[in-house]
Amino acid sequence: MNELLLEIKNERLSFFTPAGEVKALNDVSFSMKQGEVLGIVGESGSGKSVTAYSIMGITAHPGRLIGGEIHFNGHRIDLLNEKELRKIRGNEVSIIFQDPMTSLNPVYTIGNQICEVLILHTHCSKKVARQKAVDLLTLVGINEPERRVKQYPHELSGGMRQRVMIAIALACEPKLLIADEPTTALDVTIQAQILELMMDLKKKLGMSIIMITHDLGIVSSMCEKIAVMYAGKIVEYGTIDDIFYNPCHEYTKGLLNSIPKLTEVEHEPLVPIEGTPVDMLNPPAGCPFAPRCKSCMQICLTTMPDYTYLSDDHYSACWLLQKKEFETQQEDK
Amino acid sequence: MNDRKANPLSMQLDVSDFLPASDSEKQSLVIMRDSVGFWRDGFHRLRKNNIAMISLVVIVIVLILAFIVPSFYPYDYAQQIRGSENLFPMTYSKAEQANIDSGVSVFPHFLGTDNLGRDLSIQIMMGSRISLLVGIGASAIILLIGSLYGAIAGYFGGRADLIMMRIVDMIYTVPDLLIIILLIATLRVPLTALSNNNPAFKWVNTVGVGLICIFIVFGLLYWVGMARIVRSQVLTLKEQEYVTAARALGASSSRIIRNHLLKNCIGILIVTTTLQIPAAIFTESFLSFIGLGVAAPMPSLGSLAASALGAISSFPHRLLAPSLMISMIILSLNLFGDGLRDAFDPKLKK
Repeated sequence: MNELLLEIKNERLSFFTPAGEVKALNDVSFSMKQGEVLGIVGESGSGKSVTAYSIMGITAHPGRLIGGEIHFNGHRIDLLNEKELRKIRGNEVSIIFQDPMTSLNPVYTIGNQICEVLILHTHCSKKVARQKAVDLLTLVGINEPERRVKQYPHELSGGMRQRVMIAIALACEPKLLIADEPTTALDVTIQAQILELMMDLKKKLGMSIIMITHDLGIVSSMCEKIAVMYAGKIVEYGTIDDIFYNPCHEYTKGLLNSIPKLTEVEHEPLVPIEGTPVDMLNPPAGCPFAPRCKSCMQICLTTMPDYTYLSDDHYSACWLLQKKEFETQQEDK
Repeated sequence: MNDRKANPLSMQLDVSDFLPASDSEKQSLVIMRDSVGFWRDGFHRLRKNNIAMISLVVIVIVLILAFIVPSFYPYDYAQQIRGSENLFPMTYSKAEQANIDSGVSVFPHFLGTDNLGRDLSIQIMMGSRISLLVGIGASAIILLIGSLYGAIAGYFGGRADLIMMRIVDMIYTVPDLLIIILLIATLRVPLTALSNNNPAFKWVNTVGVGLICIFIVFGLLYWVGMARIVRSQVLTLKEQEYVTAARALGASSSRIIRNHLLKNCIGILIVTTTLQIPAAIFTESFLSFIGLGVAAPMPSLGSLAASALGAISSFPHRLLAPSLMISMIILSLNLFGDGLRDAFDPKLKK
């Protein structure tokens, strides 16, 4: 269980748009063990989805990996060609998209779409694939699977379609399942069902999950590790307890402060993080969060901080931590 | 029970109404709607469109006349009946009249005969067959080349798209009729020689160099419209998440184009192809009319109209019949194509 499944080292990825180079990912590094659930949180445009897509090698057109290494299950994703990647996609790593309404092809029946993956990767016969599709639909909790396989996506509800998406993603029993905001388009009760289903399947099949979301509630209930992303960088990484009880980066603190607290008796206005994210076309030389940070220092404006390791798997990039470390060193002397 | 119900103001409750319902009784309320697929839905709407249905009936009748009736029709399109030249519709020559009088039945010439004694009705049927074959064949070529080219350009995008679409723009500027005339002029000698020397290519002379050139030109030039339409469709479709999903599941580009993109523009492909058929028929008739289409004994609606010009004041029906046939075929195909578009274009759904 301690085997490293995924390791990303200093990944840098840019979108070369007509307006210029948009640096979507700047030195993203993290690793994941087999059977772990990692949550990636951050606001829109912070690079969560881009990171996930790059693990599968399906970065959209003007985007290109310009540095770093992606190790996955013994493969170097960043060095593989399209044909080798195709064998991995859907087979060893699968993805569930945000919007189940548009992720299924409207002109094929549910059964056809599940069978497509199975036949593509396992080269089984149509009949076997059909049976497997029915089994998968049962697995994800769809009743009357024999009838559903013959139906088209528009005949199913959003929650059911997301279940179908999960069934397709799980068809080849991948080692890693990437869930790109899997519940954003669903209502709350269905959200809970889908999350429960995913955790259930994780236990049954023993796969790892990367959960991309901006819902901290989901993260706290599902994940073991959390990576907080801001402006194409992981600003803090740690276990769930580290992040929720001992947040170190000002951005993480801000995020946690902006959640309404059930324990408070008096109704106080929520504390938002002021300002807007930086323009990724011209990212600042210093910490990207500096303009919005309450305890911003001179050095934050000019130099990007390195990671400070608070424990083996809790690190954060903030000058305040470096300052504290420096001060304790001074006191020791 | 019934007499109590007779009084609507009665407050008395019927005890039997409050008995638990059985499973089979509950089942009667469970209505399972049949799943309606893309095709069923489209054809359902098509069936409600009267104009399209009338056009479809006309098309079917024309198809039967062109492809089935000639095989058992008593006259042949190249057969010249001695003594029956220049007959008016439903009239008989002296020899035929004598036969009828003596008790032998003679099949009537519904539309009369031409100046060489050929039955005009079978000629028109054969002419429609040629026109329809040209229309369908040309549309198939256009469909094949245009949709693949457009889908590839749209899907790969970027530089590939730029180069491929500039080629399309260049082809658009080429005058098609000029190319057909030039091609016929250059290909006539080598193709005739080929057909005379090689028995395997004998069909070239029967079909006519002109007709082959028309097909070549359709294959070379006419697919550009289709390519543009398909490209624009693919450009919007490829942004759909299911295309990313298919890619994430390991589908190859050719598989995505074939299975996901082209199948999703199938409605527009059918409609454009149906509307392409009359355009091709029109071009063929026009070329045959000016003498560039099919080879001599083979009739085409255009060449029939052309040969009728000589005797237009004495036999106007000879011009009228093929012209009406062309108009009918083109009009019904156009109207049917419109109906198909209304039925299969999801954006026009009411």
